[in-house]
Amino acid sequence: MSEILGNIHSIETCGTVDGPGVRFVVFFQGCPMRCKYCHNPDTWNTTENHTVSVDEILRQYDGVKNFLTNGGLTATGGEPLLQIDFLTELFCRAKEKSIHTALDTSGVLFNPENTTKIDELLKAVDLVMLDIKHIDDTEHKKLTGHSNKNILKFAKYVSDKCIPLWIRHVVVPTITDEERYLRELGKFMASLKTVKALDVLPYHDMAKPKYAQLGIDYPLKDLPPLTKEEALNARGIILEEFGRVRKTK
Amino acid sequence: METLLEKKIYSTTPFVSGKWETEINVRDFIQKNYTLYEGDSEFLAPATEGTKKLWAECMDLFKKERENGGVLDMDTEIVSTITSHGAGYIDKSLETIVGLQTDKPLKRSLQPFGGIRMAEASCHSYGYKVSPEVSEIFTKYRKTHNQGVFDAYTPEMKAARHAAIITGLPDAYGRGRIIGDYRRVALYGIDRLIEDKKEQFASLSGEMRPEKIQLKEEISEQIRALNEMKELGQIYGFDISKPARNAKEAIQWLYFGYLAAVKEQNGAAMSIGRTSTFLDIFIERDLKDGIITESEAQEMIDHFIMKLRLVKFARTPEYNELFSGDPTWVTESIAGVGIDGRPLVTKNSFRYLHTLENLGTSPEPNLTVLWSTKLPHGFKKYCAHISITTSSIQYENDDVMRVTHGDDYAIACCVSSMVVGKEMQFFGARANLAKCLLYAINGGVDERLKTQVGPKYRPITSEYLDFDEVMERYDDMMEWLAGLYVNTLNIIHYMHDKYCYERSQMALHDRDVKRYFATGIAGLSVVADSLSAIKYAKVKTVRDENGIVTDYEIEGDYPKYGNNDDRVDELAVHLVKTFMNKIRKHYTYRNSIPTMSILTITSNVVYGKKTGNTPDGRKAGVPLAPGANPMHGRDSHGAVASLASVAKLPFSDAQDGISNTFSIIPNALGKDEVFMGDLDMDLSLDCGCCEDNIQ
Repeated sequence: MSEILGNIHSIETCGTVDGPGVRFVVFFQGCPMRCKYCHNPDTWNTTENHTVSVDEILRQYDGVKNFLTNGGLTATGGEPLLQIDFLTELFCRAKEKSIHTALDTSGVLFNPENTTKIDELLKAVDLVMLDIKHIDDTEHKKLTGHSNKNILKFAKYVSDKCIPLWIRHVVVPTITDEERYLRELGKFMASLKTVKALDVLPYHDMAKPKYAQLGIDYPLKDLPPLTKEEALNARGIILEEFGRVRKTK
Repeated sequence: METLLEKKIYSTTPFVSGKWETEINVRDFIQKNYTLYEGDSEFLAPATEGTKKLWAECMDLFKKERENGGVLDMDTEIVSTITSHGAGYIDKSLETIVGLQTDKPLKRSLQPFGGIRMAEASCHSYGYKVSPEVSEIFTKYRKTHNQGVFDAYTPEMKAARHAAIITGLPDAYGRGRIIGDYRRVALYGIDRLIEDKKEQFASLSGEMRPEKIQLKEEISEQIRALNEMKELGQIYGFDISKPARNAKEAIQWLYFGYLAAVKEQNGAAMSIGRTSTFLDIFIERDLKDGIITESEAQEMIDHFIMKLRLVKFARTPEYNELFSGDPTWVTESIAGVGIDGRPLVTKNSFRYLHTLENLGTSPEPNLTVLWSTKLPHGFKKYCAHISITTSSIQYENDDVMRVTHGDDYAIACCVSSMVVGKEMQFFGARANLAKCLLYAINGGVDERLKTQVGPKYRPITSEYLDFDEVMERYDDMMEWLAGLYVNTLNIIHYMHDKYCYERSQMALHDRDVKRYFATGIAGLSVVADSLSAIKYAKVKTVRDENGIVTDYEIEGDYPKYGNNDDRVDELAVHLVKTFMNKIRKHYTYRNSIPTMSILTITSNVVYGKKTGNTPDGRKAGVPLAPGANPMHGRDSHGAVASLASVAKLPFSDAQDGISNTFSIIPNALGKDEVFMGDLDMDLSLDCGCCEDNIQ
C-alpha cells in the first residue's frame, strides 16, 4: 500500500487559539465552503500542492513536544475532512503516541447516510471544535453557499458519540448578530450533550490584504469589525438561552 | 512628642550568625537570613502621596529633557569623580533615598577618562562645550583610554574597525559590564571593607612581576575609592563607615556604592546586581520589629528605583544609534533558586516589580527575573500579571545558569551572567560573521569599501558557489578574524585598566576575581541561511567590473534557520562551536576566560547597514537579525519551532549569553473569552456516558 500524503497549507508550532493548551496546528489545504468572512482564503484551493507525510508531521511534532504544555495536535484548515483518509491516519498514529487530538471543522462534509469513514476517524478524536456559521439554514446558504442541515446533524452525531464538543461561532454584524439567531443557536446547543465550551469570535477584516494578494474581491467590502463588547454581549445572549432551555428541561 | 521621640528606629534583633561575620561573604549572609515568601501579591502597598509627588516631579524633568532635545543640562567644567559634586536632590523634603550623579537631577556628568574626544563630541552634539581647561588637561597632560588604544592599534586593526568587520568596540567609551557588590557597603560598612583591602594589599609580596605590581596598584586605587565613598556619604549627611542598622540605611548605603560607580564610569552597561532579596532581610527585620510599615518599605524601594531611573550619561548621537536609544542597562536580577532548592523569592522581589505599577512602566532599571520552574506559584503569577500590564520584565533561565554560576550571580547588561563580587568581564562587542563570509568569498576584500581589509587569500572565482569550497575558505577567514579580534580586545582592555580603571566597582570585589573575556558574534542567522542556500539551493555570484562579488542570485529553495530543521540548524551550531574554538586558541588579557555571546539586541541594525548583499538573499544594508534570531519572516512554522532552532545553540560555546528577541500580540497568546466551566457543570449531570473520552 502506498503511503497516504496530506496536502498541507502550513504548520503552526505555537498554536494557542485552536483548542486547549499550546498546540501543534496543522492547516489542511482545500475547503468546499466559501464563507464570506473567511480569513484564510489561501487555504481554499485544493490544487495548491504541498504534500507531507504523517511521519513527517509527527516527526516535527516530536521536535517541539516539550513546549506543547497541556496541548496536543489540532487539525484545521481549510477543511480537514476533505482529506479524511490522511486525517484518520494522522490522528490514529497520534493516539498511538497518546497525543491529544482536536478536529476543527465546519462539519459540512458530514453525510448521515454514509458514516463508515467518519466513524473510523471519530474513534481517534478527543475534541471536536465545530464552527457553526449560521443557525438559520437560508442565511447559512447565503453566507457559505451550503446548507447547514448536515452540519447540525454532525453536531448531534458527535454529541451522541460522547465526544467533547466546542462550539465556535463568528458573530458578523448584520449577518449573524440578530438576537433571534443567537437565541436559536443557544437553544440548539442546549440540545447537545457534550458541549464543553462556547467560543464566540468577533468578525474582523484583517484578511483583506490576503484577498487583495490572491486577486479575489473581498465579499464583505466595508463591513465594520465587531467590537469585543458586542461579541461578549452576543455570547451572553447565546448562553442565556442555553441556560434557560437547560433549566426547563 | 514624647512617644514620637521614643519610636525605635533600629532593631535590636541580631541576624543569624555565619561565615559572613568573619569574611566578606554576602551570599552566606543571604542564605542564613532570608525569608522565603510563597504567598501572592495581596500584601503590596500602593504609592504613597510622597512617592506620587516626587515621581511627578521626575516626569516633569523627563518632559523638559525631551523638549530640550534629549538632554536637560550637561556639566562642562567639573570632571566627575566620586566626590566631585555637592549634594543634589530632586525634592529633599520628599526623598527617602538620596544621591544624584551631579548637583542636579538629569544633569549629565563630564567623564573624559574613557576619551576626551567622546566627551567633547557628546557635549557638542547637544550645544555644549567642554571647558578649554579640561580639554587641555586631558589632551596634553592626562592620557585617556581612547588615546592609549590608538597608540597601540595596528593598521590592520584600524582597517577592520573602519570596515566594521569588528565593531562596537569599547575603545572610545567605557566598557561597563562590571557589577560591584554594592551590598557589601550595607552589610559591612566602608571601614571593614578597607580593612579587608589592606589585608589583600599586604598579602601581595615577594617577586614583583608586572601582574602583581598591577594588582597592588589597583588595590591601592580601590582603597582610595572606598575612602571617597565614605566622603560621598558625608556629603549627603551619612556616615557609611559602619554597617547599615536598618532597612533605610541598607538601601541608602547600597545606593551610595552604586552612585560612586556611575559617578566615575560611563560604562556601556552599569548593572546593579542582585539586591532585592539581600535588602529584604533588613526590611523583614524592621517590619517584624514594628520599625517600619509595608507602605514605608514600598516607599523606600520606589524611591530607590526612581534613583536608578534617573541615571544618565553624556553620549553622542552615534552611540545612541548603535544602541537604539540611550540605555544605561541598570540590570537588577530578581528571584532565581538557591542551590539548596529554596527559591530566592522574598516579599522584596514583589516590591521591585511593583514599582512598575507604582511608578509606571520603564525600561530602566532593567528588572530581570531569573526564571525557574521551581519558583513559587504566587510569584510566577505576579510576574505574568506585571508582564501583561507593563511589558517591562526581562526573563532569563536560572535553571541553566545556576549550574555554572551557583545562586549568587547577576546579569550585567542584558544576558551576561557573573557571580557578584567574584567575577567580572571584559566586554568585547562583536565580530561580524556575515561580513567574514563575504571576505571568504572575496579573498579579504571588503565588499563595500572595495579595499583589502582581510588577508589576501585566494578569492572564489567560480560562477556558482560550491559548499565545500566556501566552507574551507570561510574557516580560514574565521581563523584570521578570531585572532585579530582577540588581539584588538587585548589592547582595549589593557588600556582600559591603565587609564580608566573601575576602582570603585572593583573595590567591591574579591582580590582574585575570575575574569571573562567576552567576545561576541553578529549575523549568525544570515550566515546559517547563506550556507544553507549554498548547500541546498544554487547560489550564483554577481560580480562588479573588478571581479568582486557584490550580489547573489538564488535558484531554488533552501531550509531556513528558525524552523527546527536540523539541516540548517546544524550549520548554525557548527558556526558557534567553530568560532568559539578559534577564539580559545589565543592568549586573552590577564588570563581571562574567553566566552562568546550571540546577543545583538539593537546594534544589529547598524551592523546590517555596513554589510553588503549576502548569499541568503538578504540585501545590502538590511539589518541582521538580532542576537540568535532567525532572519525576519523566514521562520514560517510558528514560535515554538523558531525557539527550538535557537535552543539548539550550545550554551557552553556561548556562555556570555544567547538572545532571542520575540514579540507576540496578546491575542496570539490565547483567549480569555472562551466560555467554559458552567457549561461543564450543567452537563456533568446528564451525561454519564463520556468516561471513555475524558482524559
